[in-house]
Amino acid sequence: MFERLPDATTEPVAVTIDGAPFEARAGDSVAAALLAAGRLASRTTPASGAPRGPFCMMGVCFDCLVEIDGVPSQQGCTVAVAPGMRIVTQRGARAAEDPSS
Amino acid sequence: MSKVHDVAVVGAGPAGLAAATTTTSMGLATVVIDDSPSPGGQIFRAITTTPLRRPEVLGRDYWRGADLVRPFRPCGAEYLPATTVWAVARRGDGAFDLGVSAGRPGARIGGFFAARTLIVAVGAIERPLPFPGWTLPGVMTAGAIQGLLKSSALVPSGSIVLAGAGPLLWLAAWQLTNAGVRVDRVLETIPRGRLAEAMRHAPGFMFSGYLARGLDLVRTVRRRVPVVEHVEALHASGEGRVRRLRFAVAGTWSEAPVDVLVLSHGVVPNIHLPAALGCDLAWNRERSAFQPVADAWGGTSVEGVFVAGDGAGIAGVDAAAARGRLAGLAVANALGRIDGARRDAEASKPRQALAHALRGRPFIDALYRPAEAFLRPDGETIVCRCEEVTAAAVRAAVRTGAVTVAEVKAATRCGMGPCQGRSCLHTLAELVAAERGVTPADVGVPSIRFPVRPVTLAEVASWPAHAVAGAREERDAGRP
Amino acid sequence: MSVAVDVAIVGGGVVGASLAWGMRSLGARLALVDAGDLRAASQGTFGLVWVQGKGLGSPAYVDWTLRSARTWRTLAGELREHAGVDVALEQPGGLHACLSAHEMEARAAHLDALFAQAGVARYDVAMLTRGQLAQRLPQLGPDVAGGSFSPLDGHCNPLRLVSGLHEGLRRAGVRRLRRRVSAIEPSAGRFRLHAGDAAVDAARVVIAAGRATPGLAASLGLDVPLVASTGEVMVLERMRRFLPFPLETIRQTDEGSVLVGDSHEPRDDAALDCAVLGAIARRAQRILPVLAGVRVVRAWAATRVLTPDGFPLYAQSPSHPGAFVAVCHSGVTLAAVHAHALAPAILDGALPPSLAPFGPSRLADVRAAA
Ligand SMILES: Cc1cc2nc3c(=O)[nH]c(=O)nc-3n(C[C@H](O)[C@H](O)[C@H](O)COP(=O)(O)OP(=O)(O)OC[C@H]3O[C@@H](n4cnc5c(N)ncnc54)[C@H](O)[C@@H]3O)c2cc1C
Ligand SMILES: Cc1cc2nc3c(=O)[nH]c(=O)nc-3n(C[C@H](O)[C@H](O)[C@H](O)COP(=O)(O)OP(=O)(O)OC[C@H]3O[C@@H](n4cnc5c(N)ncnc54)[C@H](O)[C@@H]3O)c2cc1C
Ligand code: FES
Repeated sequence: MFERLPDATTEPVAVTIDGAPFEARAGDSVAAALLAAGRLASRTTPASGAPRGPFCMMGVCFDCLVEIDGVPSQQGCTVAVAPGMRIVTQRGARAAEDPSS
Repeated sequence: MSKVHDVAVVGAGPAGLAAATTTTSMGLATVVIDDSPSPGGQIFRAITTTPLRRPEVLGRDYWRGADLVRPFRPCGAEYLPATTVWAVARRGDGAFDLGVSAGRPGARIGGFFAARTLIVAVGAIERPLPFPGWTLPGVMTAGAIQGLLKSSALVPSGSIVLAGAGPLLWLAAWQLTNAGVRVDRVLETIPRGRLAEAMRHAPGFMFSGYLARGLDLVRTVRRRVPVVEHVEALHASGEGRVRRLRFAVAGTWSEAPVDVLVLSHGVVPNIHLPAALGCDLAWNRERSAFQPVADAWGGTSVEGVFVAGDGAGIAGVDAAAARGRLAGLAVANALGRIDGARRDAEASKPRQALAHALRGRPFIDALYRPAEAFLRPDGETIVCRCEEVTAAAVRAAVRTGAVTVAEVKAATRCGMGPCQGRSCLHTLAELVAAERGVTPADVGVPSIRFPVRPVTLAEVASWPAHAVAGAREERDAGRP
Repeated sequence: MSVAVDVAIVGGGVVGASLAWGMRSLGARLALVDAGDLRAASQGTFGLVWVQGKGLGSPAYVDWTLRSARTWRTLAGELREHAGVDVALEQPGGLHACLSAHEMEARAAHLDALFAQAGVARYDVAMLTRGQLAQRLPQLGPDVAGGSFSPLDGHCNPLRLVSGLHEGLRRAGVRRLRRRVSAIEPSAGRFRLHAGDAAVDAARVVIAAGRATPGLAASLGLDVPLVASTGEVMVLERMRRFLPFPLETIRQTDEGSVLVGDSHEPRDDAALDCAVLGAIARRAQRILPVLAGVRVVRAWAATRVLTPDGFPLYAQSPSHPGAFVAVCHSGVTLAAVHAHALAPAILDGALPPSLAPFGPSRLADVRAAA
């Protein structure tokens, strides 16, 4: 549903999305990486469980919430990918416990 | 916390960059805080970092951004990219403490800056285009699509439809097609007869410079993409993501497959920071939007707080830069750096630029005034994306006694989610007004308070203590 | 517009609306007049239905609070049935957390003093050690020394309480006027309320206008002293339910949001103070460190409706019989007794002796002493 233009000339950045390896590019936000990986939907809502994905890409709508390196409810469109980053799509409300802590 | 800057500029878009370049040229100690990773704001997003190598994809106007960023770099302002201002407090000495947040997930760090004056240049956000199904994955805003293109050289593929009204709709269609993307359709939601209404403002528009650029762009898009006009209703559906779009023209529905649906409905001022600062807001009828009340220099009702750029009222990039300069001059004058005569003299060029930039606005505002059906949705259309509150629920709350926006919020939770009402505030005001038969100006200015961006409890906890009687860290043992 | 009724209630916050609720089915014609103040205490309340620790200095208040908490379920049931609103009442018990041995001692001493009062029967509340508490709430931070726990405590959704009461009143056909009462004029044993373009003529008037009560009541010979005390509350993003019961300063709503409050600041404006929010946040993350990384979505400040001794004031005017005032802190907790006990008493025309401890004379003593 999204593809990279051929004239994109940036460094690959290896991340994982729900455990599977994915090659993002330097300059991608986490939300952009998800879209590049074909994930239009990246969470479900706490209120009704409806699927949602990145909408505004500028930090306004909070529909791009994902778990990043163990920290839940991060705005994927405002966080740049980094090598080794673990991105996990999120179901419903976050848990109280950070799995990383 | 030790250094007190003369001025803190919030936002590094055209307005903020121009403001900071002006204040530093007057010798004022300036800090620029911007939550984007690189300077340029929305229009010039990723101007210094974009991976795109073919300038013609984004157009000449985009690359003009480099001219704005170039003088900013060496201007001597302290620059904090990727940093969000989440709260501001007035100190005893009249200066402001700014709480900022930066860092990566799990390691957000709170910090504080002090400044004697503020220039709030936080830009615009996109106006929602609510209809059934607009919350489905695969439905995104034109700004989002532009951002993906500018920052990541990512473009949508499959069946692509653009819908809405306004210059950004055409710009996005133009940029996508420049990049070689096949766009199935552009659905324009401007009601029939609107162009004729707008024509009375046409003389100003003719001389504004928008005309040639705008017409050319629209003509090019029309050559490349089938355009459907006067679309009066939209309905998206699909399991798990958007798959189908139904749209109505003159009461007749058609259906199209869609993988990525791109929405644009104009932009509205990003009012959260000035509102939380206590700046008076007013309803702008021509633009159907709240905006801060400001004088000709951007001075607000709060002493020491100035607004500039689209955040002060939508007027586009050239006006943003001009108003940034004017606010910079006003601050230099307020701080005693230049006298009134010098300020006025220096202001003449930006004032001219501003007047020129504003000439075409009435036409654009009139032409692209949002259509009733999308301004004031009905039925099961979701108004508040966060709390999933429908238009029907909002309307019912008013029918059963809620009178103000605040009361409807309390009754329905509309606007109480993490986006803090950014996505629904204007729709909510319009709906409450419509149900009561009044204008949004009559339904109460939304109450917006800090934090203006959600920050972690730990970041709030980092706000330094001061001697407020009663702010006890040790609680008393019991209540009465 | 002019309206004639048996009882006019001024103020549609949780207190006025609870009273109207209690009166709605007792055969009196009612009018509820509310100015729609955004800064009303009921819009800024924390939502606890709280018993433990309250009433040092007023044995009657201990009983009154207990009675309300024990009958709150009935009120919640009425609202579900007659207003179609679930106010999310939960009474799983509640915790007052202590962050040091010193706070533990002070809390224990406070409870001892409470129960040492003549006429106060001990109810179920226990000082628990950190170890005992950690079994119920493993997320408690290492700084928590222990705390007092009472199974009587609980919470509800206070916004839904207020809107539910109003919805029920609407369905019951109670006249609700959206006006600000500017003056209450006694005439020939009745009262005439002036409210913009409307006038309400009533045999009885109940002033439950929160912090605006003193000004309205003075002309009817009622002295209502209030003190200033502002509290601030933060709302954290929704989380999966993890708090099995509310704490006195932290609770998780039925929707999953976590509320963190509250301060006691001697001022009567409702401005947010970031330094106070900082202090509240520091304490909250010591109690529940898991909250440190959770985001604060909203915050607000609101001023309490607080008498000098902190207890309710219910009174009928001696000079103008038929005029009543009802002001209190803890209007959420007391909603059940306000609806089911105070409302009928006011309709009867006389406050029973059991409510005498909440009369104005005890505040006169306080004033004289001050
Ligand atoms: C999504 C979008 C796309 C647009 N694209 C175009 C376009 O392609 N062409 C065009 O002519 N016009 C475009 N516009 C209109 C454009 O906003 C204006 O023409 C112009 O950019 C306004 O400049 P500005 O300086 O006022 O604001 P902006 O350029 O929006 O800059 C504001 C800056 O402030 C930052 N900010 C906001 N709040 C905070 C905070 N609390 N803390 C720190 N930083 C903060 C923002 O991240 C942003 O970087 C777009 C608008 C939007 C909303
Ligand atoms: C921060 C905070 C936390 C709290 N936490 C709790 C808690 O956890 N549990 C609990 O039980 N209690 C709590 N309380 C207390 C509780 O909220 C109050 O006791 C209660 O809201 C008071 O309700 P009220 O109706 O008397 O006053 P208000 O809510 O202030 O309502 C007064 C009403 O009168 C109206 N009014 C005013 N003037 C006029 C006029 N001239 N004409 C017509 N109408 C008028 C206003 O519009 C308003 O609606 C808390 C309070 C605060 C501030
Ligand atoms: S996509 Fe809207 S906040 Fe990230």
